[in-house]
This record gives sequence, C-alpha cells and structure tokens, in this order.
Amino acid sequence: MSILNVKVADVEQVTDVVKHFTLVQENGEPLPHFSGGSHVVVSMNINGRIHRNPYSLMGSTANTDSYHISVRKQENSRGGSVFMHEQVKPGSRLQITYPVNLFAISKMGRRHILIAGGIGITPFMSQIADLNRLGYDYELHYAYRSPENAAFREQLEAMCGNRVHFYVESEGGRLDIPDLLSHQPLGTHVYICGPDPMVKALHINARELGWPENHVHSEEFTAPPIGDEFKVQLKQSGVELVVPGDMSMLEAMEEAGIDAPFLCRGGACGRCEQQVLECDGVIMHNDHYLSDAEKASGNSIMPCVSRAKCSRLVLDF
Amino acid sequence: MNTQFKQETFRDDYTYTNSAEAIRRFPFPFAEDEYMYSVNIEMHGEGTGAAGSVFEHGIDVDEHYIAECEDRRIVLDEDPDRYTALPHMMDAQWDMVELMMDSLSKDYPEHFQLQKDGDNWHWVNKPLGIDQTFVFGDEATLPMQPFEYISRQVQGDWIILDQRDDDLFADMGMVTSQADWSMAFDAGMSFKEWHGPVPQANEIGIFDRALKYLLHLQYGSPVRRLNWTMTINPRLDTSPENYPFWGPDNASVTPENVGDKVYLRVELQALFRLPRSNAIAFSVRGYLISLNELITYPRWGKRLHRVLKQLHPDLSEYKGLDNYRQTVIDFLAPLDDGADLGLGTHPE
Repeated sequence: MSILNVKVADVEQVTDVVKHFTLVQENGEPLPHFSGGSHVVVSMNINGRIHRNPYSLMGSTANTDSYHISVRKQENSRGGSVFMHEQVKPGSRLQITYPVNLFAISKMGRRHILIAGGIGITPFMSQIADLNRLGYDYELHYAYRSPENAAFREQLEAMCGNRVHFYVESEGGRLDIPDLLSHQPLGTHVYICGPDPMVKALHINARELGWPENHVHSEEFTAPPIGDEFKVQLKQSGVELVVPGDMSMLEAMEEAGIDAPFLCRGGACGRCEQQVLECDGVIMHNDHYLSDAEKASGNSIMPCVSRAKCSRLVLDF
Repeated sequence: MNTQFKQETFRDDYTYTNSAEAIRRFPFPFAEDEYMYSVNIEMHGEGTGAAGSVFEHGIDVDEHYIAECEDRRIVLDEDPDRYTALPHMMDAQWDMVELMMDSLSKDYPEHFQLQKDGDNWHWVNKPLGIDQTFVFGDEATLPMQPFEYISRQVQGDWIILDQRDDDLFADMGMVTSQADWSMAFDAGMSFKEWHGPVPQANEIGIFDRALKYLLHLQYGSPVRRLNWTMTINPRLDTSPENYPFWGPDNASVTPENVGDKVYLRVELQALFRLPRSNAIAFSVRGYLISLNELITYPRWGKRLHRVLKQLHPDLSEYKGLDNYRQTVIDFLAPLDDGADLGLGTHPE
C-alpha cells in the first residue's frame, strides 16, 4: 500500500470539540489528486502502538497543495482522536494512505441530496467542490446540535449559496427526512453521513418510500470498540494470537507480524474480510459492510472493527 | 533506452517481426506445464519489474511503437466508433491525459517531454512528430477529445471503467487491437455482463473475487496480470467487426506454414485507479510472437507444447484455437524432450 509522509502545516480549533488539520507533503511536492468524498487513513504512533484512523478529505479537489481533515474529539475512545487533539501540532509528522473513495457521487444521478449530521459534514466539503465544478443539481441539508457546533457554516454558505439548509437542534430546527425524500424527482440520489441512528433511519425511510437501493449512499466509519480479550487461530499462517480488549483483531494481527489486508479500517469497505472456519461463541459484528444475513451466517468477519466472545475462533488466513 | 522504432505492418503484407531483444523480453505467460484461469494479479508500475523487461514501466514503449500507432490510425479512419466516451467520463479523460503524459515523459525522456506551468501544458512526442501546447481541463485547446488525443499516442487498448453501485461499467474506451470482442457492444455494460461468455471461470467464483478486489484498487498502487490467446498472422485488429478479413485465416494453417503463421498473443493487462474521476483504467497491451521466434528459446517451445496439449477443451474453443491447435502441437512435439522445466516463465 502506498504511503505518503506528511507534515502538519496548520491546526485550527473549529468548535469546542472539532479541530481542522492542514497537511502538506514532507518533500514539498503537491499531494495526489482525489475525487470528492475520498478519505485517507492516518497512522499515529501512540506510546509505541500504531493506531490508524480514517478521516474524510474536506478541501477542494482542485487544490492539492495541501489536504484538509477534521477530527472530532471522541471521549471514551481508544485515543486516536484524543491524540490528534492533544499531541498533533503544527510541524508534527504523520503518515497517511493514498486517498480512497467509498462515498463517490454517482455520475449518472440527475439530482443529488446530501444529508449531514454533525461531524458527518466533512466528506461533503470535497463532494461539493466537485458538484459545483461539474454543474450538477444538488442540495445540502446539514443538521447539528447547537450554534456552537456549527462547524464550517460560513464556508458552506459561500460554497453552496441557496443550496444549503441548516437545522439547529437547540433552536428547534428539525430535518424531516421522510418529507424531504418523498418529493424528489426520479433519478435523484441521496447521500448521508452522520450518527448511526440517523443513517439507519434514512435507509428505512428510503426503503419504505420505494427508493431503489442503489440511489441511497451512506458512509460511516466505526472506531474499533473496546471489548473482552479473545484468542484467534490463523490456520494458513499457523499462528495463534490474543486480541487484548483495547486492540482490534486487525491491530493484533499486525502486531504479530501478519501482513493482513485492509483499506478503510472503519468497517465500511470490506477489504479486510476474513473467512471464519470455527467459532464456539458469538461474533460481535460492528461493520457496515456485511448484510444482516451474512452477519447471521457467521462465515465472515471484518477484523478492523469486529470482535468475538468465544474461547476459540479460527480464521482461514 | 535507445529504441529503434521499426517500420512494419500488422495487415496486408504483414511485415511485423521481433528483434532478438524483443524476443528476449517477450512476456511469456506460462510458469507451469498446465494452464487454468486464476486471479493471477500482481503489483504493477515502478519497481515491480526488471530493467529492460516489459514490466519495467507502467506503460511500456517498444520497437513497435510507431507502427502500432499507425495501425490504430488506420482502424479509426475506417471505423471511428472504436473510440467511445460517454459524457459523464470527462474527468476520466483528463485523468488519462495526465497518466499517459506523466508516465511516458518520466520513463522515456529521450522520446517524450512534458512541461507544466500550472494548467498550461506543453507536450512533445518526438517519435510521432507531435508538439502541442494546451490548457489542462479545457477540451477546446486540443484537436479532439482529450482521451482520444492521448490514446492515439500509446500502444495497447484502453478501457475506462466507471465505478458505481458496487460495480464497474465500461463507459469509455480506445479499442483497436482486440482479440475478438467489441467496445461498441460492451459499452455501458457491467463487469459481470461483459465477462458473461468466459467459460469455466464463473463456476470457480473468479469474477466475484476479482470484482471485489478491483472495487478496492487504490490510486498509486496499479496491478497487472497476463492473459493469452493465439492469432493467425501478426494482426492486431482481430475485432468481430472485421471478422471477414481475418476469420478465414484460421483455416489456412498447414504443417508447412505453422511456424510463421501462428502467433502467441500475450496480453499484459494492467489496472490503474484514476484520481479525479475515481474510475479505473484497464489497459490491454498485446505482444505478438511467431512460433518460429518463440522456439529460439527451447524452454518456451517445450512449455507451450505441454500447455496446449493439456488445455481444457472449453478454453480452446473460447480462445478460437480449435482449427489449428493440433497442427501447433504436432509442430512443437519433436522439440519437447520431456525434461522437467521447473517453475517460471524465464526463456532459458
């Protein structure tokens, strides 16, 4: 996997809990071009352990002198976002992957409805740059908790003009998703990024209204949840390892020197999928990739975010 | 590299030949005595192939460059529809201009030069005598659509796949040297639709795995695989559209002419993620070698003999080899002493 060495050029406190980082390439060259909706995976060395978190690229796709990511500080997390907030300063060096796009605009769409909840606004910032450049028909609906959480509002007003609508919960603003979806013309695509209940509700609303599944797009990255320690046996590699409670299975495999595949590390892309040969307990699926039926069958697991409660788990790897 | 570009033809009098150097670097595809489909994908691009090999650079330019570009021009003059681009692929067109001009100018600076001043680009292609200034992103500053313009200046066919709905769609292409398939027929089709006719592979789940792999292909990490078939005469344009011009040749192979007339056709297939469009460029670069050229390396002659003898009948039919496969086997058999060749595609 190709890696980029970057330096933090600027850090901006956007709201109480959101920081915006400007990254430039260490060798001074422009960064690779990317498409709207792309993300990068940032590697952080936290006390000798490598954490990797995905963050959406939010700058304009036309400007690759720098990349822009925003990080919401997650309390009760394993420390990636806290590290970004407390340890990463202008001049800090980080490693990132090349951009990957799991949340691209469908170019065959006739109209595009973008729905953001809170920090879920970030992938839309680069998508809007593309939509404006291509002259596509779109609307942005952005819901957030209170005026103090209005990250990037002015920037969005400048970019989107009258195409953007804000919903401020503390002021009684409410985005009525069923109403919004119910009067869209044929050929409309909807895109959502936000808290899990909001994303789930949209999928249900869209299905009830008869939207084709491939016109509904969502992106959710899950941080690997903390859980109980468990043991994994890798059959082909002939390795047995322990996954500590505060480490993901993928991280534990990497720590043991196993070269396991991965891309997004947030349970979205499916690249790290492993075949389960045996499990004498329960698999705790935390990804957004496998279907409910696939999860129930227990034949696959996404080691980037999912865990197991069992005494014996055997993977075909 | 100091390539001498050859003047030669891929039609009519068929003057195409390989130099000793071109034979040595031929991408012989058979590492084992038995052949079956597999997802035989490996990394492509800088640092993934030996110096001088066809894998040294992302886009290989060899002694046949000028002649192949000329053959493409002839095909397009007769049939402009071999170039197709759906309207939503304009970002991908410029991605291709960047990919091809960057690669050629970096890897072959003695032949190709590119200067960028912001969006003002200056492109020099010495072998084809082209000197063009244009504004990157402004179609009006090039004599034709950007992808048509640049794909007339590279070898091999290029199919550009748009990614949507967890699938890939063949929405753009420059296809003038294909092994019996049609871009006009496949335009707009999904991955599984255009692979529908391939025997044996669907049953073993190859396409599900290959599609999943491709959907995750990353910018900056291109990949490649080899595919192969056989062609009578060194003809690049074996398209269904022109079947009447080459199809009957399949019945012209005799024990006397087989060494000169039958060519092993190896396709170097490479896949590149494109940055602005998130599309995937799929290149199919064909390399042709006559049996007489091939057997200058006895190891290759023996290996090909064994592969053809054991080839699954479905694959033989799909590749169109049935008319002359036995004649080729009979030609190669006296050269095969049965020695263990070991693993690998190397010539000696």
